[in-house]
Amino acid sequence: MLINDEMIDYISELARLKLRDDERESAKNEINKIIDYMDTLNQLDTSEIEAMSHAFPVKNVFRKDEVMPSKDRDDILLNAPDKKDGAFKVPKTFE
Amino acid sequence: MDLSKLSALEAGKLIKNREIGVAEITKAALENIEKTDKNYNAFITVCADEAMKRAEAVQKGIDDGTYTSPLAGVPMAVKDNMCTKGILTTAASKILTGFKPFYNSTAVQKLEDAGAVLLGKLNMDEFAMGSTTETSFYGPTVNPWGENRVPGGSSGGSAVAVATDEAYYTLGSDTGGSIRQPASFCGVTGIKPTYGTVSRYGLLAYASSLDQIGPVGKNVEDVAEVLSIISGHDKKDSTSVNQEPLKFNLQNNVKGKKIGIPAEYFSKGLEKDVKDRVLEAAKKLESMGAIVEEFNMPEIDYAIPAYYIIACAEASSNLSRYDGVKYGFRTPEFEDLTDLYNKTRSDGFGIEVKRRIMIGAFVLSSGYYDAYYKKALKVKAVIKNAFDRAFEKYDAILSPAAPTTALKMGENLSDPLKMYLGDIYTVSVNLAGLPSIVIPCGFDKEGLPVGLQITGKAFSENNIMNIAYSFQQETDYHTKKPVLKVSKEA
Repeated sequence: MLINDEMIDYISELARLKLRDDERESAKNEINKIIDYMDTLNQLDTSEIEAMSHAFPVKNVFRKDEVMPSKDRDDILLNAPDKKDGAFKVPKTFE
Repeated sequence: MDLSKLSALEAGKLIKNREIGVAEITKAALENIEKTDKNYNAFITVCADEAMKRAEAVQKGIDDGTYTSPLAGVPMAVKDNMCTKGILTTAASKILTGFKPFYNSTAVQKLEDAGAVLLGKLNMDEFAMGSTTETSFYGPTVNPWGENRVPGGSSGGSAVAVATDEAYYTLGSDTGGSIRQPASFCGVTGIKPTYGTVSRYGLLAYASSLDQIGPVGKNVEDVAEVLSIISGHDKKDSTSVNQEPLKFNLQNNVKGKKIGIPAEYFSKGLEKDVKDRVLEAAKKLESMGAIVEEFNMPEIDYAIPAYYIIACAEASSNLSRYDGVKYGFRTPEFEDLTDLYNKTRSDGFGIEVKRRIMIGAFVLSSGYYDAYYKKALKVKAVIKNAFDRAFEKYDAILSPAAPTTALKMGENLSDPLKMYLGDIYTVSVNLAGLPSIVIPCGFDKEGLPVGLQITGKAFSENNIMNIAYSFQQETDYHTKKPVLKVSKEA
């Protein structure tokens, strides 16, 4: 079993998720089943194949470096759960 | 005349000829939703007041010549993962509770510029992760074709709103089959365009390299008209292809078209009725002059694991933005910033979304990246190459859209792997970035619709639309309607 308790805690932390005990147990079981299934890819020899991120060639898209108005600050803050002085408000992060 | 039974283009024509006003048809549509949607839950939000205001403005625009589109004034609805200015946009997730975007997604904006009237926002699997529309925070959508049947997913609301005549057409999004499989389950027409054809700007991202917006409608002509409006280059989406909006010249002619059927698709795990209907459709096309041939595509077996690795990886990255700071839900109690993130996300996301984020975090994590994520990208190349080879010989590939007709509610909810395996016919198309349309091609013994999937090479929308259009000219499956449960008027 690739996804043991330690691994499920590690990936929860990476994912910024805190699972309840019952969720954790079921996540572990389901994810193990899914990862096992994903391992079927190993039956396919891809040693000569280049990895492909996009189905069509994607190239850098450039534009002129022109000064343009950005989105309005008040608009961007419209949906913020908490805000102060034109900024998102979060709990204290530095002592 | 029951207005709701009209196709989108028929409705547009009545509006254009001044036989009906935009306010009148919008009001009728809203009343219809009021009566119908209690039983089907296709809508998360119905924006009745905005729609009526909008209807008046659109009528003026039609009268003064601002709006000339054949769909001007026609009421429609949009999957709830596309931003709509000032209108609740939830992606069917608790974590976006109360989120009202201050801008329109490009696809919605283009429809508004053509005079569309938005009726509301459609139900879906949470963040488009699911194949049944049961993972919605706002409750499941119900398939009108059978007792207790799922509509498919993730664009279940988009398919049901068309099947029930609640909207003349809708927009859905398709990352691994999310337009096509619900179209199949609900007996409607839906297309996933070539990747990059419709701008993804303002679409709440699930797996950015696979996501594509597309229309769902009552027939191929309607869907073609909508796609011609929403397609075209958008500088706000760097993967948007630099091309003019698509134009369609639909013709009933499949003579000499070479159509391939992958043998692997019909060998195992496929319901007999689905197999029979799809092969009958192939025969029908043959009788109309197409050349239909079986061929082998063994690589297809690897599409599902590759798809879920890539989609989950991208999802884990894309959904990191939902942190309780910028928009939507924030957990009421927390100790510090990390705790705020953890609790908000754990409370705000449903179980399937959490599962995919965690799988994504795993396949991208140090020590496993090469074995899973990079391997999947290689398999993606293998699948793309297999399609390229097939399209050297064939103009289109024919297949079912799903191995079954609409499942019973709850059947797959507790077994995610089983649900993933149902995506066998659709995910490979997204990996290869191809256009693919699903149209109704008959019914199973219980009267549930069966869909026919027609896939073409990149940018061959015209070709697959023509095959689908020709099929609809010679058959009447797409005109069949379920018997609706309608609530008594208030």
